[in-house]
Amino acid sequence: MTEPTAPPLVEAIDITQRFGSTVALRDARLRVLAGESHALVGRNGAGKSTLVSVLTGLLAPNAGEVRFDGEPAPPPADRDAWRSRVACVYQHSTAIPELTVGENLFLNRQPTSGGGRISWRKLRAQARELLDHWDVRVDTEARVGDLTVENRQLVEIARALSYGARFIILDEPTAQLDSNAIDRLFARMRALQSSGVTFLYISHHLQEVYEVCQTVTVMRDARTVTTAPVADLPQAALVEAMTGETAPESATAPGGARAGGPGDRPVRLDVRGLAGDGFAGVDLTVRTGEVVGLAGSSSSGKVALGETVAGLRAPASGAMALDGTPLPGGDVPGALRAGVGLVPRDRHDEGLVPDLSVAENATMTAARGLGPYGVVVPRRRRAAAQRAIADLGVVTEGPDQPVGALSGGNQQKVVMARALATDPKLLVLINPTAGVDVKSKQALLDVIDAVRTTGTSVLVISDELDDLRACDRVLVFFHGRVAAEYPAGWRDGDLVGAIEGMSDD
Amino acid sequence: MTDVSTRAATDAGAPYGGGRGPLVRRLRDLALVPALVVLVVLGAVLNGEFLTYANIISILGASAALALVVLGEGLILISGKIDLSLESTVGIAPAVGALVVLPAASSGLGLQWPTGVGLALILVVGAVIGWFNGLLVVRFKLNAFIVSLAMLIVLRGLLVGFTKGKTLFDMPNAFFALANTTVAGIPVSAWLAAVAFGLAGLALRYLRVGRALYAIGGNAGAARAAGIRVERVTWSVYVIAGVLASVGGLVQTGYVGALNANQGQNMIFMVMAAAVIGGLSLDGGKGTMFGALTGVLLIGVVNNLLTLAHVSSFWIQAIQGAIILVALGIARVTTGRAQT
Repeated sequence: MTEPTAPPLVEAIDITQRFGSTVALRDARLRVLAGESHALVGRNGAGKSTLVSVLTGLLAPNAGEVRFDGEPAPPPADRDAWRSRVACVYQHSTAIPELTVGENLFLNRQPTSGGGRISWRKLRAQARELLDHWDVRVDTEARVGDLTVENRQLVEIARALSYGARFIILDEPTAQLDSNAIDRLFARMRALQSSGVTFLYISHHLQEVYEVCQTVTVMRDARTVTTAPVADLPQAALVEAMTGETAPESATAPGGARAGGPGDRPVRLDVRGLAGDGFAGVDLTVRTGEVVGLAGSSSSGKVALGETVAGLRAPASGAMALDGTPLPGGDVPGALRAGVGLVPRDRHDEGLVPDLSVAENATMTAARGLGPYGVVVPRRRRAAAQRAIADLGVVTEGPDQPVGALSGGNQQKVVMARALATDPKLLVLINPTAGVDVKSKQALLDVIDAVRTTGTSVLVISDELDDLRACDRVLVFFHGRVAAEYPAGWRDGDLVGAIEGMSDD
Repeated sequence: MTDVSTRAATDAGAPYGGGRGPLVRRLRDLALVPALVVLVVLGAVLNGEFLTYANIISILGASAALALVVLGEGLILISGKIDLSLESTVGIAPAVGALVVLPAASSGLGLQWPTGVGLALILVVGAVIGWFNGLLVVRFKLNAFIVSLAMLIVLRGLLVGFTKGKTLFDMPNAFFALANTTVAGIPVSAWLAAVAFGLAGLALRYLRVGRALYAIGGNAGAARAAGIRVERVTWSVYVIAGVLASVGGLVQTGYVGALNANQGQNMIFMVMAAAVIGGLSLDGGKGTMFGALTGVLLIGVVNNLLTLAHVSSFWIQAIQGAIILVALGIARVTTGRAQT
């Protein structure tokens, strides 16, 4: 697509970025050629976000330089010049939810007619033209807050392109998409690529890198450790480059395949004819020490079912019982008392209070054990937190550090600690490894194996096949009902097919 | 993974300034103390009367009512809500207590209930107002700012209506006892405020329900998923704040020696100023009672200095406002913390 002699579209040369005494980037290098889709991978905290901030001009590095087309980058204050070269679509929307799609596209540059008065007619027309040009089928008058994640991303990409940028950074774009939307996004990326747009693609899902990217750069410990064509770097080598250690042989071996299955143990969770927000007629039993997975697309009702069991939602009808005792509906403290622990869907929304300490977050559910009569004895809280930090391998300064300062994987471990703090009989894990790095993911999945040996039952609700591999069996939800069931040892293709609603025969 | 790189990694993505140690975080609570010391030294130099025993007692007595209301407001702010109507509770709660006690000849309702009942009724009125605010804000999910603004106006109007705008002053001595009685040379009202702050500070630090306020203000969704009864706790805080404001009102009545229909009017601005200067966030989830107390004292000292300087009453508002701005600036610099 470009002559080999042409300078790279984007080049970061020996970037070093310090925050106080810590080094976030150390001599980081990146060369992105025009027209390619370039993956940037690395564990949480490897320096990807910092590198993106440098590439988009939000951070001026302590050393090194960024070049676009061989030219030095514009000065940090010249935002317009940066915007015309590079744009980043972040995982969390940077569009303003209360404003329309059209206004978001032309924010602070709304077309005017005489006297500086905004011409809404022109704005609508220009927005329509822009969206049509990039084949984005979204109503310009829709509120951005009402869009699906998929359409919101497309609008943000269109906005970036309208500034003239042909280098787009996508920061974990698939994290909140179901697999159909992911396929559509990839098709869109390929189409844009063929019309001359270059992507830097950041993802924790390595198979996506192979699907959509030509080149990959791996970051580790604040450095860029390798850049190679994806074809030359098989997945094992990629993981090795990310972690700096040889990947264990079959790290995700099916856990349910072990001897002594739970088939004859007493029933722990018994759900009969349960109906609620987006699901109906669900029967489900989980035995003592059994790990059951719930799979399904994002609208299948599986998350709502998990939240209902944990008391976050009230069921419309049906019965739930834990060890034979009915579970209260829509009553989180009641569910906790009964012995249900929960890792909620999104740690930012429901998992953590960012300004509070690791200790406080990790023990927030603990009703007893921290002191008598509702008193919290700080020494006991610290001790409990210290145990959780050690058990789960949370990387932190200590129990007193605000949890918001931790990396994503470590934050998620604190959420897990919070769920375990009550010694639950049943652990409900919703997307337990969303947005965490490879190593934290393993640590979190190891928890499942650890608790099942003590007789704790686990309900794993996830879109991630790796999360579901540890399950004794996996139930697939489709349109609010259990559509299929697979014992451990399923093939990926079968499960994915069932999730997408393909008939199973 | 080595320790150094982990550090780097953690801080690189840290939006909350995690690099700072616990000691620095602890010191932030004391950030206003230097400003307070400077102000006291300044006052002592500028005015010989300032550091006298009588004047210090007067500062404490004058600040006690504000302190109790700031305490109530502080609890609500930490939970992520707001209650502007506390300043009207300061007026109406003691007024109702006085009206049922006073004979008709002294502008009372003529019921002439026993004094004890009247005093108890003050607390009940505060609790009921807090409960009603909680009903609107927590149960019906109306906007806390506007609800409490409307309640501020309604309650003030009720007070003016009940008293027909007259000042009540013939109350039994018990109504003035909090401000007029001293223990160890210090007014009971100041002791009361100090004890209330101490208890609240301990509860916020060492009780689960206290920590729940921070969790709710910091992220109500996470608090709910952790089994905290968010609505119940928030509603209770409104009731407690109403009771604290009613006690503050009784203290104010005792300090002034009479109960004017505009008792507490415009007080909420001082309350908010003291709270924010003291490090509480209007977004919730942040701040301590010690910080709020230093905010109260800062405002108390400034008001006292203005009185000692015999500033003309025509100018006192402008100067007070300016001083709040300066105090906010000082707090911003000494705490290094963005005020939200």
